[in-house]
Amino acid sequence: MSEPSSHPLVQLTLARIREFLREPEAVFWAFVFPIVMSLALAFAFPSEATRNVLVGLEPGPATQSLRATLEASKGITVREIRPDDERRALREGTVNVVVVPTTPPTYRFDPAREESLLARAVVDDALQRAAGRADQWTAREEPQQVAGSRYIDWFIPGLIGMGLMTNGMWGIAFGIVQARMRKLLKRMVASPMKKSQYLLAQLLARLLFLPAEVLVPLVFAMVAFGMPVNGNPLTIAIVVLAGAFSFGAFGLLMAARVRTIEAISGLMNLAMLPMWIVSGVFFSSSNFPDAIQPVIQVLPLTALIDALRAVILDGASLGAIRSDLAILGVWGVVPFFAALRLFSWK
Amino acid sequence: MSEFAVKCERLRKAYGPVVAVADVSLSVRRGECFGLLGPNGAGKTTTIEILEGLLSADAGDIEVLGLRWSHHADELRQRLGIQLQETQLPDKLTVEETLRLFRSFYANGRTVEELLQIVGLEGKRASRVGKLSGGQKQRLSLASALAGNPDLLFLDEPTTGLDPQSRRQLWMLLEQFRERGGTILMTTHYMEEAEYLCDRVAVVDHGRIIAEGVPQELIARLGEPKVITHHGTLEDVFMSLTGRHLRDE
Repeated sequence: MSEPSSHPLVQLTLARIREFLREPEAVFWAFVFPIVMSLALAFAFPSEATRNVLVGLEPGPATQSLRATLEASKGITVREIRPDDERRALREGTVNVVVVPTTPPTYRFDPAREESLLARAVVDDALQRAAGRADQWTAREEPQQVAGSRYIDWFIPGLIGMGLMTNGMWGIAFGIVQARMRKLLKRMVASPMKKSQYLLAQLLARLLFLPAEVLVPLVFAMVAFGMPVNGNPLTIAIVVLAGAFSFGAFGLLMAARVRTIEAISGLMNLAMLPMWIVSGVFFSSSNFPDAIQPVIQVLPLTALIDALRAVILDGASLGAIRSDLAILGVWGVVPFFAALRLFSWK
Repeated sequence: MSEFAVKCERLRKAYGPVVAVADVSLSVRRGECFGLLGPNGAGKTTTIEILEGLLSADAGDIEVLGLRWSHHADELRQRLGIQLQETQLPDKLTVEETLRLFRSFYANGRTVEELLQIVGLEGKRASRVGKLSGGQKQRLSLASALAGNPDLLFLDEPTTGLDPQSRRQLWMLLEQFRERGGTILMTTHYMEEAEYLCDRVAVVDHGRIIAEGVPQELIARLGEPKVITHHGTLEDVFMSLTGRHLRDE
């Protein structure tokens, strides 16, 4: 009979993979969600270089000539605006500065907003020059589309790190808690199954999903946003493995004794939510006060994301991220052995 | 080789102040079907799980297939078939995948094809477990217990919650297992199940065996049936021993 390998480790791993792939929600969160997320953020934070300053022009005798002057300059979009609409337009950012055609002109803008200050300077520059200001010299400009320093480039490694955490912890813990709840763990230890093989299979199944989990958002970002990947693929793989092991072990520990899906959900949120906020997924963790930095820096997600950014964006070597790897190693080994000691098969 | 498939003496198990098994001694001969009978909470499941090596007893002496859990756990696991109460096999796997998984745990045993055929699920091999009826799930659970071609089968309330037809079907399968020389130790709270399947039964109540013997003898010991048209049943035995109904509310 042509049976696929009947080794228990293979069968246990296959069972876990099948269960995952046949759960459409799980597949969505692991593979589709990161793409949706990066698309949404790419639209919300487009690359600054392509953005014009938005100028509102009040009606008056000099409006026509002002308009012609401004439109002739690069990087300015002009629209006429009535005085009644000014405040709202400025507040909502549909114009960055309002030009009133007095002599000399009047600028209305919000000095607390960077884009407003920028618009004021650009407009003033254009009008002064048109009025006959002689530039002492023209600087040579070397525009750089700095791929790798845009928000989206910075964000993608954070997104990958977050995925490794969420999928790692859920991927391990959910299956185990469900099997315990359904008395399946107990049934399995009533058979000659080796407990170590069951646990190993859970980790192996995770390992097999890793390439897709990391490559889907990474390749998507390379193709859609031209994100540079400067790191050595092997180094990236090592960081990903360290992160996956760390969060897998953490998930194993959380699932060691819990008996209900509700309880494991609560535990997971308790562990993951603070890291989503402070570990630098969406904005830099350096925004938090110095007093809590020592705590933030030893969190596994902070270490993983730091290492991913350093390797993917800056092409850092293994040696340069060794402290991050050490943190991930500790977060992997300690929970792993704690989980083995605490694990309940009943 | 011991003539007994299962032999235990003075078994005791307490959970804090609650005594689940007070004092149980029993022996099951090879090739026999032995039933532990009693209401919910009588200590049947605790007893059978101790014998299955899933729980440890506070006191008592246990021998299964002439072996001991303390020394021969690996060998025993290979030779026993176990069906637990309330196990739910993974919904997302197919019947065939489930059997292949369980079969992989045993060094020797039946092929997946044979198992499918024995429990009559060949037509359902590609169906997801979650889509099976209660009776089909229970037959799959039995097939997974038979995967290692066991000498001894432990069944904990194998037909609870099944419709009469599915129950009959399962009884037939268990009879076939007996005909091939297998030994069964089962718990049940269905009288007719014990009368139909078991060579000997032990009636358990409050963690003790209060009566033991061949079903017909136990019924006969009651003496004259109280109602002319009513043939004696194990239900009557239990009532006369305890003054309570077996399936008390």
